[in-house]
Amino acid sequence: MSAIPARLKGNTGVLLGFVVGALALLVLAPAVLSDFRLSLLGRFVCYAIVAVGIGLAWGRGGMLTLGQGVFFGLGAYVMAMHMKLDDAGPGGVPDFMQLYGSGEVPGWWEPFRSPVVTLVSVIAIPALVALVLGTAIFRRRVRGAYFAILSQALAAAFAILLIGQQATIGGTNGLNGFRSFFGFNLFDPVNKRMLFYLAAVTLLVVLLIVWQLYRSRYGELLVAVRDQEERVRFLGYDPATVKTVAYVLAAAMAGVAGALFVPIVGIISPANVGVVPSIAFLIGVAIGGRTTLFGPALGAIAVAWAQTTFSESFPSFWTYFQGALFVFVVAFLPGGLASVGGLLRRRKAIEPAPVVAKEGAPA
Amino acid sequence: MEALVNQLFAGLSLGSVLLLAALGLALTFGQMGVINMAHGEFIMAGAYTAYVVQGAISDAGVSLFVSIPLGFLVGGLMGVALEATLLRRMYHRPLDTLLVTWGVALILQQLARDIFGAPNVEVRAPGWLSGSVDLGVTQVPSARLFILALSIAAVVGLGVVLRTTPLGRRIRGVVQNRDLAETVGISTRSTDRLTFFIGSGLAGVAGVALTLLGSTGPTLGTNYIVDAFLVVVAGGIGQIKGSVIAAFALGVLQAAFEYSTTASIAKVLVFVVIVVFLQIRPQGIFSVRTRSLV
Repeated sequence: MSAIPARLKGNTGVLLGFVVGALALLVLAPAVLSDFRLSLLGRFVCYAIVAVGIGLAWGRGGMLTLGQGVFFGLGAYVMAMHMKLDDAGPGGVPDFMQLYGSGEVPGWWEPFRSPVVTLVSVIAIPALVALVLGTAIFRRRVRGAYFAILSQALAAAFAILLIGQQATIGGTNGLNGFRSFFGFNLFDPVNKRMLFYLAAVTLLVVLLIVWQLYRSRYGELLVAVRDQEERVRFLGYDPATVKTVAYVLAAAMAGVAGALFVPIVGIISPANVGVVPSIAFLIGVAIGGRTTLFGPALGAIAVAWAQTTFSESFPSFWTYFQGALFVFVVAFLPGGLASVGGLLRRRKAIEPAPVVAKEGAPA
Repeated sequence: MEALVNQLFAGLSLGSVLLLAALGLALTFGQMGVINMAHGEFIMAGAYTAYVVQGAISDAGVSLFVSIPLGFLVGGLMGVALEATLLRRMYHRPLDTLLVTWGVALILQQLARDIFGAPNVEVRAPGWLSGSVDLGVTQVPSARLFILALSIAAVVGLGVVLRTTPLGRRIRGVVQNRDLAETVGISTRSTDRLTFFIGSGLAGVAGVALTLLGSTGPTLGTNYIVDAFLVVVAGGIGQIKGSVIAAFALGVLQAAFEYSTTASIAKVLVFVVIVVFLQIRPQGIFSVRTRSLV
């Protein structure tokens, strides 16, 4: 009797969160924000989608992934290549290739002329890379710091690879100057609004998926692997598979976010995917509360908002502030802002506790 | 023949730079499991130390030899400050130290930018290091030869300290079994702090050495930190010789790949080689054997 209302109560909180989130993103924001601000918020929503994936892999799975920029970049570049080819028209050559390249479209670009291939690849390519890498790393029980460093090296290698390919992928400049998105004119304000709605709905869907995962047996298993990997192994489960699934899902989310980022922001370059942006994804997750459902997304949006607000007027201040945030939140508030309420409550609760223990203790 | 020797030397030279950058990490990461992302900024601090010293002492040769111990001191003190204020609270959460020290790294970079300006600064190399040395088969830049010698000296020096001094014995004891070391009366607290001093000091020395190869900027350390960590991971935790072999192996590999492809492809290939290598030896080249599962 008492268990069922408690479960319902837990769910109503989450459902309420979804309703509030949906209202804020789909009704309130478009109503009060200018087109420019809305497009900015759209960019933050893309970061939030990446953050939800990091919350899954890092918060629940204990995998400190410092290379989400790679998967973000893979999704983004796939989408950007399609849009470039689309702008160039059938058989056309993207503008930067005529400038720096041989004036011919490389063979590996050709599949992305097709919208279907592009949409599938946006999810499939990051997921596949994560699958191969995750299987290789987790099967051999490489974990903890080793995994974190490898994922960071992956981000470094990916950015360097992109920078080196001026002729085929735009080098340092990246890909930019898009005119249309699946036939919709990107200069039309209505279409830009639609892009925001698309990103917002995607975020809500991703959150729904993750919520159901957290409630499932798999979610329990993932947390168990994070806390006691060996014990889970002894119970007959394969921790490598459990971790790989979370890693692949996080990668797919980052890929989708990247694909949405490109039409909303209008550029993707190595500066968006390297070591520094990859690790910057983490700060929002840490602030919002890495193990919570909504925390990572809210934290990511808040940090991105603060960054655009402060870094324009005080660039130097922002870097100090960002550094201090990393130090303060991770060192002193590992549960993120979501844990503040709990901490205060616990502090109140702890104070009378010793008295109780003394009374209850056997003489 | 000449091309081969040239490539080999290029690889060894790159390896010696990597080794200098990674040696301190091997110590702090190996002993304490602390992932110090600010290590790169200690390298940068060492480089700026050389710059400041040269402002005071105009003779490039003298200033170089003053900078090396001073860089060690500056890096070491920064390391101790970091350990004493933040890291000692976090030994039970090694993964989180990565993010905390990243925050520290961001702050230090911005500090350098505000103090020394965003543009790179130059440190003049002494005359006897600006030429090249004739090795018979080929000519090699003497600055690179000097760094190779310096990195070997650092390894030998560290090896002597670890093997023969009481401090070294304590460090090895703590690496092998922290709890047992504590039980026999070793103060792991002060050992940790001294280890951090030495490890971060080596970063400062690396920074001084790097000024001989190029200009110094606020992001100098970031360029080396990822590679330095890869060296430690590939070399294995807790043993210096693993890092030595890994640094030179990665340097030679990188140079060889660069020779046959491009610099950017070479980086990716080296990464692939490391992932494949960890498939064969997940613990790196050497590791301290334990019976624990974690």
